[in-house]
Amino acid sequence: MHADAQRLSLGRVVLYALLVLFALYYLTPLYVVLTTSLKPMDEVRAGNLIALPQTWTIEAWIRAWNGACIGVDCSGLRPYFWNSVRMVVPAVLVSTFIGALNGYVLAHWRFRGSEILFTALLVGCFIPFQVVLLPMARLLGIFGLANTTAGLIFVHIVYGLAFTTLFFRNFYLSVPEELIKSARVDGAGFFLIFRKIVLPLSGPIFVVCIIWQFTQIWNDFLFGVAFNGGQAAPVTVALNNLVNTSTGVKEYNVDMAAAVIAALPTLFVYIVAGRYFVRGLTAGAVKG
Amino acid sequence: MSAVASTPSARSLRSWADDWLPRIVLSPTLAASLVFVYGFIIWTAYLSLTESRMMPSFDFAGLAQYARLFDNERWWTSAKNLGIFGTLFIGISVALGLLIAILLDQKIRAEGALRAIYLYPMALSFIVTGTAWKWILNPGLGLEKLVHDWGFPNFTFDWLVNSDMAIYTVVIAGVWQSSGFVMALFLAGLRGVDEEIIKAAQVDGATLPRIYWKIIIPSLRPVFFSVLLILSHIAIKSFDLVMALTAGGPGNASDVPAIFMYQFSFNRGQLGLGAAAAMMMLMTIVAVLVPLMYLETRSARNAR
Repeated sequence: MHADAQRLSLGRVVLYALLVLFALYYLTPLYVVLTTSLKPMDEVRAGNLIALPQTWTIEAWIRAWNGACIGVDCSGLRPYFWNSVRMVVPAVLVSTFIGALNGYVLAHWRFRGSEILFTALLVGCFIPFQVVLLPMARLLGIFGLANTTAGLIFVHIVYGLAFTTLFFRNFYLSVPEELIKSARVDGAGFFLIFRKIVLPLSGPIFVVCIIWQFTQIWNDFLFGVAFNGGQAAPVTVALNNLVNTSTGVKEYNVDMAAAVIAALPTLFVYIVAGRYFVRGLTAGAVKG
Repeated sequence: MSAVASTPSARSLRSWADDWLPRIVLSPTLAASLVFVYGFIIWTAYLSLTESRMMPSFDFAGLAQYARLFDNERWWTSAKNLGIFGTLFIGISVALGLLIAILLDQKIRAEGALRAIYLYPMALSFIVTGTAWKWILNPGLGLEKLVHDWGFPNFTFDWLVNSDMAIYTVVIAGVWQSSGFVMALFLAGLRGVDEEIIKAAQVDGATLPRIYWKIIIPSLRPVFFSVLLILSHIAIKSFDLVMALTAGGPGNASDVPAIFMYQFSFNRGQLGLGAAAAMMMLMTIVAVLVPLMYLETRSARNAR
């Protein structure tokens, strides 16, 4: 340890310098966004990107939340933020719960052909969603669900199931088969085993899956803009409309505050449960 | 409980339930997948073979929409942009991610904090990332102004509004968002490398860079395949980031296939053409992903 520390001192200094440099690369945009959002507009125009605000103000935040114009509607991001909340909560809960049951079946109650069905289901993880946009738009229109939160909840549940099923199936494979078998010998059935044995072991995977689904659905833009661009639009769509509105004087500080507001829920989850977030990313990404 | 299970009729009911409940539980998901994934792909495929414009029509038109697509200059611009963006985005993200992972794997103090910093962009929506970088790269007030203030008044940086360069701004923002994630995947792979092999090589007199180049990096093959799989998937689908950053502009200089598909389907009422573009995207994903998945499973099997 001692020898290491001395021998490598120059190398270690360079190493740490590089790591700090990379950290700055990832942090600078956050710093720029935050400081810009806290400046008055004349300072944004007169100063530069990395200058600290001379007068700190939350004016831009208030406008972004309550008063900024998105199209002709000047109520800020607030209604759209709540649209996203109303969308994300049921969509995450339903898709996670169904995924848990599916995973339980595919790991411990296999039947003839269940593995093939699982593989067929996984295709849903890989398709580019552009390939379902047109029929889905038509279907939502026919059922009167276009431009509604309910329609978007439905879409997110349907296309989230492949991922949630995969998460739970892979996790439940690590639950010993003997545990299930001996419970069956004792006379316990499908749902009783799920409730009494499997569910109590599922805490971590529920956290991973909920975080993954929450991030995916909150951050979605494609479904939101294609199926729900109006009053019931999610916050990502509203943010994009706000930033790309070409009428009037551009208020960059308001744009930046709005970007932070739209990012806060997922950032909060990342800070609180980062460990699970990373696990979900790798599990969801590597796809079995 | 056991009393109930021991009567014969209850037992047969139980075994009937245990046989059928799994299928019943799984069936709504399978039905949804059958309709909303497979059925919808077939619907889109069929739509791409019709004359559909504003409204879907079911008159078969053969490959006419594909012919129109391949005659469309904008489509080729977006295909070229996907090529540029995909190559650079994947290349730089892999190089940067691997480099940071290796640096971070040298028994670093505060590794957890650094890792958290490298990875947080992945929690953001591409729309947020695009908004942030759109401001940073703003030709009047962004980076350009900053460098002017530093005393280089002739510095220009107008990529965001420069037709030839706009697609590269998407690369900049995309790499910023995704390279930390690549780092995390490589770091997990590095943690799985057997330390004994490294020690043995050091005893043999090999230098650390040589050990990495000759032994460790080649052993990460399966991780490379997963990383390529994920990044090419992100690249081919990329839509939000371009929308937020350049919206395909200036003009249509930074169009990508996903934007082409969206605009022709939803803004221009050219359903057949949009469907053909969507099918091309699907085929691109299949063409890229299937060989990678094949190689991945093969190399994973060899590693065992």
